Amino acid sequence: MSTVTLTQPGRTNVITNTLTIARRNLLHIKANPEQLVEMSIQPLMFLVLFVYVFGGAIAGSSREFLQFALPGILIQGLSFTPFTTALGLNSDFQRGLIDRFRSLPIARSAVVGGRITADGVRIAWSILIMVGFGVALGFRFEGGAAGAFGGLLLAAAFGLTMCWPMAFIGIAARAPESVNTWGFMIILPLTFASSAFVVPETMPGWLEAFANVNPVTHVIDATRGLMLGGPVAGPVVRSLIWLAIIQAIFVPLAISKYRRRV
Amino acid sequence: MERSAIEAEGLAKSFGKVRALDGIDMVAGESTVFGLLGPNGAGKTTAIRILSTLIKPDAGRASVGGFDVVRHPEEVRRLIGLTGQYAAVDELLSGKENLYMIGRLLGLPSRESRRRAVELLDSFDLSDAAAKLVKEYSGGMRRRLDLAASLVGRPRFLYLDEPTTGLDPRSRRELWGMIRGLVAEGTTVLLTTQYLEEADQLADEIVVIDHGRVIAAGTPADLKTRVGGQVLQAQPADPAELALTERVLAEFAADGEDPYTDGQLVTVRIADRSALGRAIRRLDEEGIEVDDLSLRRPSLDEVFLAITGHLAEEEPDLEQTTDATSERSPA
Repeated sequence: MSTVTLTQPGRTNVITNTLTIARRNLLHIKANPEQLVEMSIQPLMFLVLFVYVFGGAIAGSSREFLQFALPGILIQGLSFTPFTTALGLNSDFQRGLIDRFRSLPIARSAVVGGRITADGVRIAWSILIMVGFGVALGFRFEGGAAGAFGGLLLAAAFGLTMCWPMAFIGIAARAPESVNTWGFMIILPLTFASSAFVVPETMPGWLEAFANVNPVTHVIDATRGLMLGGPVAGPVVRSLIWLAIIQAIFVPLAISKYRRRV
Repeated sequence: MERSAIEAEGLAKSFGKVRALDGIDMVAGESTVFGLLGPNGAGKTTAIRILSTLIKPDAGRASVGGFDVVRHPEEVRRLIGLTGQYAAVDELLSGKENLYMIGRLLGLPSRESRRRAVELLDSFDLSDAAAKLVKEYSGGMRRRLDLAASLVGRPRFLYLDEPTTGLDPRSRRELWGMIRGLVAEGTTVLLTTQYLEEADQLADEIVVIDHGRVIAAGTPADLKTRVGGQVLQAQPADPAELALTERVLAEFAADGEDPYTDGQLVTVRIADRSALGRAIRRLDEEGIEVDDLSLRRPSLDEVFLAITGHLAEEEPDLEQTTDATSERSPA
């Protein structure tokens, strides 16, 4: 070891670095199989509970409600998946792993980027479980193959976008408890005060006003339109604008918070 | 060939109102162990974090292997390996996966990363636990893996931030042996410790810091000579006689010094050797039975006491406070 055989990776390779971190985060599922159960059972629970508990009361039959609510439940579920982004980054800071990563000659964006890449896989899994189970319960795509595909793609884009504000919360929060507090305080109202389960016209005026500007409503309307063959153009454009705004705000915020957290 | 190693000049860093570093100068020679010694909150970790490019100094400059830590952080990161105060390894990966991951992040090809992981696991006596998750490792195993992780890239400079804190004596000695081996192979080690014995055992050069300032520097032998004199220690058979023993020994103390009691042991620095015989007679006169009475060169503990006027252990836990302050300050 006296001769210096130090590896000199010419330029830091952002893609390799990001994939290495992503792989590491996915290996955690192997170490902790409950994560897989959580990733699978939680969305199923949402689906079954909402459809069979509220279906009869809201839509007259759970079968009809399933058709209306599946896109909403899907988007709601995908709002909770990014909690793993926040909690994972938070615990990496707590455990000193970030110090190790930052002392290595690697791309500065790789740790957050790798985390979110891994969560992209979790998101895909959640979508597969929820939609697959929904179809088994009787959900039918009425918007054709292109609509179905577009709807799933939009849902995935929504899930990935939501990882960024959650990454910011995970890095900014001092403890996992505050991650949960902040996360729920933001995600619960956004997902319930939306068009996920009921049409906003049934809400009191002030809440309806909120639901109508809520980005989650637009994404759900667009997904629903694509999957069920309803009006599409307006909601899809509004959704994409919202997703772009959220990313424009939270990608730089999360990265700069990552760099500056002592 | 002479290569520049680690140099720092006037390093200063504050967290909010707390001045963690208040102008530190140091020069560490190639292939030596350089010890940063000080109590909790002295600024050791802050110094390490600046030298490993994790934070920027408010003032002063530092270079590692000739590269300025602020202007060329990428180059510095290629030269260093960092082992933190808390074992920074991934608990949910196996030991082998941890090392493989670091290898890949350093740009080693996949096969080379695997080979290096196996080699390091072997030399740190972790081969049997290679496939086990780190959360099942013991404290000592975790520390060894952490050290292995910082060596994947064969760093020229190895930073060890309190590497043996919380380890049992046997694991501590094992780790010391490994550190000596690395230095023999040409690695330059920057070691922080609050264990004076550890600095004495490992370091070629020591800088003693307290409240963010260098209060003494030199080899362990220099520091002991500087304090000079001898140390007399007595352990009364009956703990109830500790206070009386302290009063008796006070009669032989060097100018301006007081004896102090640590557990069952009363220690005092004395001016001349003849005190030993007189002390034995005086203890006898007072009817104090002693289990142990010894005369020796001062340890670094006493060096610290002589320089700062207080014991290292008596320091408040300032580092914790600075952390909390930095955490609360807006980014």
